[in-house]
Amino acid sequence: MFVDKKLIVSHAPFWHNGSCIGERNYHIMLAALPAIIFGIMQYGSAAIGVISLAISSAMLWELAFNRAAKRPDSIGDGSAAVVGMVLGMMLPATAPWWLVIVGTFVAIVIGKQVYGGIGANPFNPAIVGLAILSLSWGKFMDFDAALVNYDFGFTAVYPLQLVKHASKNPEIFNVADVVNSFKIMDLLMGKQVGGIGAVFGLGIIVGGIYLIIRGFIRWEISLSFIVGVILTALLFQASDPTRYACPMFHLLTGYTLLAAFFIATEDSSSPVNFIPMLLYGAGMGMMTVLIRNIGAYADGIIYAVLIMNVANPLLDKIRPKAIGKAV
Amino acid sequence: MKKSFIGLTKPVLEYQSLTGLMTKPEKIAIPKKASLFFKGAYSQKDAVLLKIGEKVKTGQKLCLYKNSDEYAVSPVTGTVSLISSYLGNFGQSCAMVTIDTADTEEFDESFKAVCAAPSLDTARNFLTGAAGSPCFGCFSDPEKKIKTIVVCGTDSDILVETNGYIAASKSDIITKGVSILKKITHASTVIVALPKALVKDAGAIGGASGAELREIGSEYPSALPLVMMKNVMGQPVPAGKGPGDMGVCFFSAEAVASIGAAFTDGRIPVTKTLTLIRKDLSRVMVEARIGTPIADIFTACGVTVSEKDRIIIGGPMTGVSVYTEEHPVTPDTDAIMVQGSEDVSLVSDYPCINCGECVRICPMNIPVNMLVRFLEAGQYEEAADMYDLHCCIECGLCSFVCVSKMPIFQYIRLAKYELSRIPAAAEEA
Ligand code: SF4
Ligand code: SF4
Repeated sequence: MFVDKKLIVSHAPFWHNGSCIGERNYHIMLAALPAIIFGIMQYGSAAIGVISLAISSAMLWELAFNRAAKRPDSIGDGSAAVVGMVLGMMLPATAPWWLVIVGTFVAIVIGKQVYGGIGANPFNPAIVGLAILSLSWGKFMDFDAALVNYDFGFTAVYPLQLVKHASKNPEIFNVADVVNSFKIMDLLMGKQVGGIGAVFGLGIIVGGIYLIIRGFIRWEISLSFIVGVILTALLFQASDPTRYACPMFHLLTGYTLLAAFFIATEDSSSPVNFIPMLLYGAGMGMMTVLIRNIGAYADGIIYAVLIMNVANPLLDKIRPKAIGKAV
Repeated sequence: MKKSFIGLTKPVLEYQSLTGLMTKPEKIAIPKKASLFFKGAYSQKDAVLLKIGEKVKTGQKLCLYKNSDEYAVSPVTGTVSLISSYLGNFGQSCAMVTIDTADTEEFDESFKAVCAAPSLDTARNFLTGAAGSPCFGCFSDPEKKIKTIVVCGTDSDILVETNGYIAASKSDIITKGVSILKKITHASTVIVALPKALVKDAGAIGGASGAELREIGSEYPSALPLVMMKNVMGQPVPAGKGPGDMGVCFFSAEAVASIGAAFTDGRIPVTKTLTLIRKDLSRVMVEARIGTPIADIFTACGVTVSEKDRIIIGGPMTGVSVYTEEHPVTPDTDAIMVQGSEDVSLVSDYPCINCGECVRICPMNIPVNMLVRFLEAGQYEEAADMYDLHCCIECGLCSFVCVSKMPIFQYIRLAKYELSRIPAAAEEA
């Protein structure tokens, strides 16, 4: 009796605000462009090679794993590309090709896919990749050694390494003097040595603000992370200015800014409720400076991120009571 | 309806201003066939009272099964031509009775005989199938002491303006309905809930009988009854309970108008007012007999439905899509929406990426990102115990913003439905 016209039947709601995962990821990549382009200008074609290889190999690992695990292909959503890109941004321009490929393998397969793919990874995949690389092939990750053949026209030493060195040898160096040898403006404008996409502070900040305004990352995490870094650094500096660097220095060197806008904000490994986001960001900022100042490593980002990732599920239990919930 | 460029702020869905008030409703002719639904799967094993070929009159009470109180009100005069099974949501089926309309209309007089002295029993026995589907269920539950009646001159979903239109255009008859309701239910307070734009036009409702006026916010979902309970009444409903447990009963403006009209003219109102939302989102008020196949309404209003379009009974956020244009107007069909295939938003099978958009938009503070993980795995009891499934008021906003386009709302309704079947299944066993 019914006229045979096939209608689409599905469940409410029948509208959607049009957001999608791809959009999110491609905007993250767009926001990273200023920092990457600057890195390429600074380090030349080698940097193009590293970034491109990182992105493409990450996508290929994702595809390979999708096929091997017989899961639907997910390289189109841009998430693997973002992981590869962020990893590439943290590497020195001189990273050999195999290092990049191993790094993206670890990031995509061990950091993300084995947990079930997008949304299920407890750790930031790019940081997992970086952690393994720096543990296993630390010398390729040593910016001073890696970039020794470059002539930049500015002090070509990795600032954090220098400060670590100085603070370990207080009889020879005064950290304050070492820090003062870097001008804040220079650091902001990228006149420093570091990862390809991690040196151009201003570019990263602009990209980050863009992402925040568009709502692609959560401002609470970025902001509390920065506040965490600044406050902790301030305390250390106040306790002994000859041994600890000033907050601005911590903010503008190493992976700090990259972490604030591109790493800490990774969706899957970060909390979504307001107070947990603040705790997560602030905790990560604090850990970063703690590790830098009293730990063994020059940069504390890797372990700060991993530690806070572990704490994330617990933190995210702090949430407002649902309305109508008894007890 | 799209995400704004600046995504930092929470997206806001506004109820639309009432445009339908400007236009006269489109009157749809009495249909050749009218269909009515009866709850529960149709099986001929039950003692069926209605016979094919039976003559019915407009306004006549029709009972399908011998041992059930459920009834429908015949919206037309004619002959029962078909009793069949109709498949609805989640695979639940119900019985559908089709009546072939006769040329001359006759009215059934049995309600007229009893309507002179309005009583709750009369209302319950004759009016639940009237336009607006007034429900008196909560008054028969001895555990619920209903003290407050809320008359909603608002529609809970976006773009729908049926009750707003009725509140503004029929305030006299609603006022009559309010005083009858007060008398028969002994409710001490009547509250009229209106959107700001209507306070001027419809503020007189209740008039001398003394109804309180409350203004409803313009931001979705503030006109959902459970949200009104919290924001307007200041009595948030505990999870798993309803307004009835708090002594509050909601009636739509149309339901109250039906009560008023029925006791005034002695005829059960069988003409439903509804909002038709066309593909371009333009809206028109329609008056059609209950039971009219929606195809008739489309023809009359110049809507063409093609392959792969979507027909939605209700509004865009909470409606239900149907698979055939033969679907009839029911006593509670407040809106019909047609979506062209190019506007149909689809869901994906992507997992949750934990972006938190849903958590930030949920009006009930539900951790949707966690909830959905359990619902996806079918762990409904855990979802209810730990992640507040029963606090959900079914507004659909979480699905609306989900970056992964997950069918969260569908999971939620399915989970609630499955959980509600557990006690029933236990009884059977
Ligand atoms: S439908 Fe979604 S947004 Fe609305 S109350 Fe339920 S969980 Fe919250
Ligand atoms: S909006 Fe969708 S993807 Fe984002 S947290 Fe909620 S369920 Fe997950």
